[in-house]
Amino acid sequence: MLRIVLSLCMIIIASSARAEIDIKEVTSPGGINAWVVEEPSIPFIALEIRFRGSASLDLPGKRGATNLMTGLLEEGAGDMSAQEFQTAREALAASFGFRAFDDTLSISAQFLTENKTEALALLRQALVEPRFDQDALDRVRAQVLSGIARDAKNPNDIAGAAFDAAAFGDHPYGSSIDGTVESVTALTRDDMFEAHRNALTRDRVFVSVVGDITAEAVGEMLDDLLGALPDEGPPLPGDVAFGLEGGVTVIDYDTPQSVALFGHAGLKRDDPDFFAAYVMNQVLGAGGFESRLMTEVREKRGLTYGIRSFLVPKFHAEMVFGSVASANATIAEAIEVTRTEWARMANEGVTPAELSMAKTYLTGEYPLRFDGNAEIAKIMVGMQMIGLPPEYVVNRNDYIDAVTLEDVNRVASELLQPEDLHFIVVGKPEGLESTQ
Amino acid sequence: MKRLLAGLAMIFAAHTATAEEVTTYTLDNGMEVVVIEDHRAPVVVHMLWYKVGSADEPVGASGVAHFLEHLLFKATDVLESGEFSATVARNGGNDNAFTSYDYTAYFQRIAADRLELMMQMESNRMNNLQMTPEDIATERNVVLEERNQRTENSPNALAREQFIAALYQNHRYGVPIIGWKHEMEQLDLDDTQAFYDLYYAPNNAVLVVAGDVVPDDVLALAEKYYGVIPAEDQLPERIRPQEPPQRAERRITYVDPRVSQPFLIRNYLAPERDPGAQDEAAALVYLAELLGGSSFTSDLGQALQFDTQTAIYTNASYSGSSLDTTAFSFAVVPAEGVTLSAAEAAMDQVIADFITSDIDAARMESIRTQLRASQIYALDDVSGIARRYGAALTQSLTVEDVQAWPDILQTVTPEDIKAVAAKVLNRDQSVTGWVVSSEEEAM
Repeated sequence: MLRIVLSLCMIIIASSARAEIDIKEVTSPGGINAWVVEEPSIPFIALEIRFRGSASLDLPGKRGATNLMTGLLEEGAGDMSAQEFQTAREALAASFGFRAFDDTLSISAQFLTENKTEALALLRQALVEPRFDQDALDRVRAQVLSGIARDAKNPNDIAGAAFDAAAFGDHPYGSSIDGTVESVTALTRDDMFEAHRNALTRDRVFVSVVGDITAEAVGEMLDDLLGALPDEGPPLPGDVAFGLEGGVTVIDYDTPQSVALFGHAGLKRDDPDFFAAYVMNQVLGAGGFESRLMTEVREKRGLTYGIRSFLVPKFHAEMVFGSVASANATIAEAIEVTRTEWARMANEGVTPAELSMAKTYLTGEYPLRFDGNAEIAKIMVGMQMIGLPPEYVVNRNDYIDAVTLEDVNRVASELLQPEDLHFIVVGKPEGLESTQ
Repeated sequence: MKRLLAGLAMIFAAHTATAEEVTTYTLDNGMEVVVIEDHRAPVVVHMLWYKVGSADEPVGASGVAHFLEHLLFKATDVLESGEFSATVARNGGNDNAFTSYDYTAYFQRIAADRLELMMQMESNRMNNLQMTPEDIATERNVVLEERNQRTENSPNALAREQFIAALYQNHRYGVPIIGWKHEMEQLDLDDTQAFYDLYYAPNNAVLVVAGDVVPDDVLALAEKYYGVIPAEDQLPERIRPQEPPQRAERRITYVDPRVSQPFLIRNYLAPERDPGAQDEAAALVYLAELLGGSSFTSDLGQALQFDTQTAIYTNASYSGSSLDTTAFSFAVVPAEGVTLSAAEAAMDQVIADFITSDIDAARMESIRTQLRASQIYALDDVSGIARRYGAALTQSLTVEDVQAWPDILQTVTPEDIKAVAAKVLNRDQSVTGWVVSSEEEAM
């Protein structure tokens, strides 16, 4: 029995903009949930599907299997070869995107109202009847291996790989989802079927739909689209502590501009202090030109084109993370200023004016995100994955506004630990050496 | 208000669900105004486009257009340095800017009821920037770091710079937008001030406002803030050195140890979309799709990635959005064990076969369908529509040209494509570039 569990017309009110979206929550007869926004003004539909787990489910010795499998979902299904599948998709003018991430397998589809039945039937075949033909496997494997070789010579990727390995070790977060030359070379068709069986399961699926379709119609199509998938997947990995201590690691690489990644342990998305930390980071380094890091490192000193800091609450680990790039001669100064700002924020916190500015930006900017079918669908599926209710879109700005100066400054002193910051630097930095 | 109405040109696109709603005006000082309505969300995109880009720079001052773009976020007579962006942020909006060969554009995305504040600030910095030597010194380092990040740290970007410099023998498109490093290092206040004084004027600008707005309200605000700024009477006619007939193909090998995988690029000079003359450009869009649009269904993809394992990646691309002569481009990344010369020969065989074969009717129809659908999908992104109009209007096209383009694309025939292929795919007007990590890979 198709149920529409909830229909809320929500008005997101900021100091300025009001965004109105009507999220309908629907459950298919087979028990698959989706969030739907009916938006008939443009004759197309945006569909976002997520599966929790993804590359974190790679089996021992099979690193890269989920990523390669995901790349093969568009390479033939049912009785269609890769070229036949793509010819059919192009004739419908539908777009399907398949991407694997650390914890999330993402499927983004857009298709026209006029041929939505055919487009969904084609997408269904990709999801539930992939072929993993040997020639397609070999072709996509060569592309993945080329990417692995490219990353090995790209300063940003070299730094990222070193950072992940040092921070997360043997946990799946510690290595690239692409796998290694050895692991990817060894993957077989059977590995692809197994990765598919493990990663695309109904117990970990999240769906959102925005566009020219009714919630009722979405409920009816969900079982067709996803009902044939297995009920359950294998266990997810456990949590991992951030394992990198304070210091500097220099990786010698002959390139004119050094790239630095930095970070230390962070806090969870459902931590009661998350919003205080979020507002704090807006002042520290998330903001555009106004953040302290941008002001000090770029605007005042001209040391970089861009510097940012992020809260990174992943499913199994949390960190505060940042990146900056500067010429080999000046990266040491950029890092010094970054450390100083980290300490200043930890010790002094933010000013009332900075807090007010950050809040008005964050609450004003939030409704601006809801400005297209594809954007709204992505936001909604992301909310489902981290367990937020539809009402969150209404309440979110209240959470920001409720943050006090005392909260921010207490969290800044607890969260930011300048002596714990570790910088991984790739390049030929002058006046900078690895610690120990 | 009467004199306004005299200069008013309103063009409504057809009121179907597959076209944007556009209204245009021209202010008395020559400034063009384009209003695009989308009432789905209470958001507005305010964009000011100047008809000046890196290809308009004086000789020896490459990068000045982009450098000046950075400096527009510094102090004016009433705004402190950084106050522009801080004010946008305080009002819950985002702002930025970008520079290309043909245009420099500034934009804010913000709640629709803050449009007037955006116009007030944007119009202020059209004429009232107060550049200081200190700002110049600091921001010059920022743009040099930007060049480091985008270009110096990227062997592919450095290679591309070499190839484009060779493709254009006379036109400024051969000079990188961000500038040559040795000239960027010498840019000073005189360079930026002269460029600003000459080119930043209402008669050299296009205002594009898109989102939850009413055209008459936008016009009234535009009159109030931009309409009072006098036109620049010294504004030069936009004449750039054009390409001579090119008589010999050029070949370049770029060697950089940071290259992970050898690949090759072929760029041909190609005609751009021109006012009232977009037919060849439309045919080139199909040509790119047929030869190398999709790795599964294009001629290059089928021949080099499916029928044989010659390449792991193939592509053909073309964009007609350019004021002057643009490029039609191929890229091939050979498979393991395949030399660049073998990959290039295979690519050239595909091109030769295309010239002598008939075009498959089903593929034509599929591309036609996809182009038609792309118009529908594009309606979901009002900022994208605003960019499309802004770019076109600063690259000499009219609103009529922009709105005719989808229909022109639908009427392209196989004969049009064969004719434009024969004209454009002429090696005498091309540069072939190999990108390798060592000389041995170029053997």
